[in-house]
This record gives sequence, C-alpha cells and structure tokens, in this order.
Amino acid sequence: MIAVVDYCKGNLKSVQRGLAAVGGEAEIVSDPARIASAQAIVLPGVGAFADASASMLQSGQMEVIRERIAQGVPFLGICLGLHLLFAEGTEGGNPTEPGLGVIPGVVDRMPSHDEAGAFYKVPHVGWNTIEPVQGANWGDCRLLAGIPAGEYFYFTHSYIACENDCTVAMTQHSVAFPSVVQRGNAYGVQFHPEKSSDAGLAVLRNFLSIVKEG
Amino acid sequence: MLAKRVIPCMDVKDGRVVKGVNFVNLRDAGDPIELAQRYDEQKADEVIFLDITATHEGRATTVALASRASEELHLPYCVGGGFRTVQDIRTMIAAGADKVSVNSAAVEDPTIITRAAAAFGSQAIICAIDAKQVAGNPNKWEVYVHGGRKNTGIDAVQWAQKVAACGAGEILLTSMDRDGSKDGFDIPLTRAIARAVDIPVIASGGVGTLEHFAEGIIEGEADAVLAASVFHFGTYTVRQVKEYLRSQGVHVRL
Repeated sequence: MIAVVDYCKGNLKSVQRGLAAVGGEAEIVSDPARIASAQAIVLPGVGAFADASASMLQSGQMEVIRERIAQGVPFLGICLGLHLLFAEGTEGGNPTEPGLGVIPGVVDRMPSHDEAGAFYKVPHVGWNTIEPVQGANWGDCRLLAGIPAGEYFYFTHSYIACENDCTVAMTQHSVAFPSVVQRGNAYGVQFHPEKSSDAGLAVLRNFLSIVKEG
Repeated sequence: MLAKRVIPCMDVKDGRVVKGVNFVNLRDAGDPIELAQRYDEQKADEVIFLDITATHEGRATTVALASRASEELHLPYCVGGGFRTVQDIRTMIAAGADKVSVNSAAVEDPTIITRAAAAFGSQAIICAIDAKQVAGNPNKWEVYVHGGRKNTGIDAVQWAQKVAACGAGEILLTSMDRDGSKDGFDIPLTRAIARAVDIPVIASGGVGTLEHFAEGIIEGEADAVLAASVFHFGTYTVRQVKEYLRSQGVHVRL
C-alpha cells in the first residue's frame, strides 16, 4: 500500500486517483502508524510550508516519514511535498520552519524579477518544461525513465527549493529552480504529476516501478 | 519557459454542457467529463466548468461533477459560478476542484477573495470579470454581475487591480460585447487589464477564428485564451489552435 499522507485540509483524491490510474494501490492516511507500515509514501502539495510543518510535527507524521525515508522506503513529494524534503522553508514561517531535512537548504519565495530586471508573474502557474542539470545524470533517475528533456508538466507554486547536488532537473521562470530532486529513494517534483496528463501519469508509473522493484 | 494556455470552457447546467450565446439561447453540447477528456487528448492545458445552474439541486449536481472530474481527469480544472461564501468554495475544493472562479460574490464583498486565498492559496482563486464597454468611450469598461444582467458601474481596470491586491491568483476576463459574437477578443480591454495587473489574465469572449486566438495572446497580452463553442461544436480542435499559435511564434505545449 502507498500512503498518500493527509497532513491537514485539502484535496488529495486526485493524487490517489492518479496513482490508481497507473495501477497503484494508494490510500489517503493520516495516522503515523499506518504511514510507518506503508510500502511507500507520497506527500502531496497542499497549503503553506509553515502550516504543513506544524501539523506534521504535532501529529507525529514528520518523525515517522523521516525514519521511513532514512530506511530507504520510496518517497515522492509533490509540490509542497518537494519543499518539505528540504531542511527549512520560509512560507508562512517566522522566519523559517523545519522540513523533513532530507535535503539541505531553504525553500524561499520565487523572485518576481529575473537578473536583468524583467518582471515575471508569481505564482508560477501553468505548463513548463523540465531541463537537465549539468553534472546530474537524467538517465540514472528512475523517476524520469522514458521522459524526454523538455517535457511539459503542470506547475502552480510561489516558492522554490534551492539548487544543490540533489537537483536532477531544473525549470526556468524568473529564475531557474529545481523541478525534480532526488536523494536515494526520496524523490520530489515541483510540478503536479496528477495534473500533467500523460507525461504526469508516466512519472507516477515510474514511481510505482520503483515501489514494486525496490 | 512557461507556455501560453488554451482553455476550453464548458457552461454546465444540471450536469450537462450547454453554451450561451450572449448569455442566452442555450444548446446542449454533451457530457462535461467526456468533453474534458477529449480536450485533454487534444492537449488542452486545463478546462473550466462554469456552473450556470441556479437551483440548490443543480449546485449539488455540480459538486458531484467536480468529484467525478477529480477521479477521471488528469489535468487541472476550475469550477466557477454561484459561489456565495468561503464555505461554498471549500465544498468545491474538497470535491476536487483545483481552482474556483468567483464573480458576483466578490463584487458584493471583495474580502471573499482575501479569505478564500488565505484558506486555499491564491493559485486556487480566479476572479471572473465580465466587462462591457461604456457607450461612447472606447477605453472604458464597466463590470457586470449576475450573469451579465446587472451593471455595477465599477471601472473594470480598477476592479482588476483591486482583486489582484486582494489575492486573486488569476483573472478570467470576459468581454460582454464580444461574448458569442465570433468577432474576436476585445483586444483593447484585454491589453488594458493585462497591463494593469501582475497576475495571469485569461482572455474570454468572442473567438471565431484561429487568428483570434493569436491576437488575444500577441496583441491582447493575455496569458491564456479561453473558448467554448468553437471547441464544443468541432470548428477547431485544441491541437489545431495550438499548432496555429506555434506557427505565429507563441510558446505552447504540444
């Protein structure tokens, strides 16, 4: 069973249905004990970093998910779920709140201007491409198996993670930001695979293969 | 680079797609989910279901539609129409809608945008603006509500700035003068709003030809273009529109 973590309000059904559409057995769960016994964990993107952080800490989900990731259980963070893989986030924070800390760094607001001073609309909403990172090996990332560089995915967010050696793919808006990250069996995608039509379902199918094949 | 979006819009009444021409003369165009899936195959970037049902039973049907859409659609969708309170919006988002669009309720109380954006994020809140040119003044438009029946006297450009400041994530801008006309988007209106706000603007109302789609983006400076009947009745596929846009140098997902 894949646990789709319910960490507060919001709609998680589309993530569950996306996994089901590619043959995954996913359940929406909030109980830390149920999360601990799941074969894999999906953390969807709902709400703001600080709220999610507080709610996950209070419920005990944070500790359990950290432990399971450390044990090598497949994990997929979607949008805010990618953010929560990082050490800290500023969204709604005072000044920052803690994430899972699997990947070092701070998740911060996307700037509304590029280096040349041109204005960009934030939130970044819509379809954008994911591009390879120099030095990172796209071909080794099982989550992206069969997905060409330059493929379009659906994004909707105002905050971005920082680039480091866990970054697998980048996307360009006002700045280039990590759109796919990986550390071991823990993956994060800034886009919404459950809302990205066929390309998104291919990512979920790849995640399912990782879950099944270990 | 962020792609410009093409969005088919379905007017939904009692669970079925209909299309109003100038907000009257409804024609049945089929099942909303089947149509949306067809548009997904054609590379639509998202779809909008506009609920034009007035009755309580009809609203419940639309909540059920949103729920079914979250099960059967794998692309973003917005539900608009008839929201009075944040609780109405919460019900629709809980049913599975990615975004909701608010119109009349925001004019009556703009804080509904602020409160809904605080609860669900700006990206989930679209403010729909129905604008009509003021007679004799080509550069002034006023906001209409209640399905285009009531003039509020509010200046459309100032209203757009206000809703953006309140936390709306996007503006769905419909020209009342052009809606259903097939004469093309109201380009001066679209451009005036697009330049006045720093959130995405979806141009709506009046598309009849492929050139109109390109004009909305290139001259109107819209981030997305919306159409209904040209898609529902098969005049163009979404793919044809996007291929044309690409041929005109517009960055689209194909």
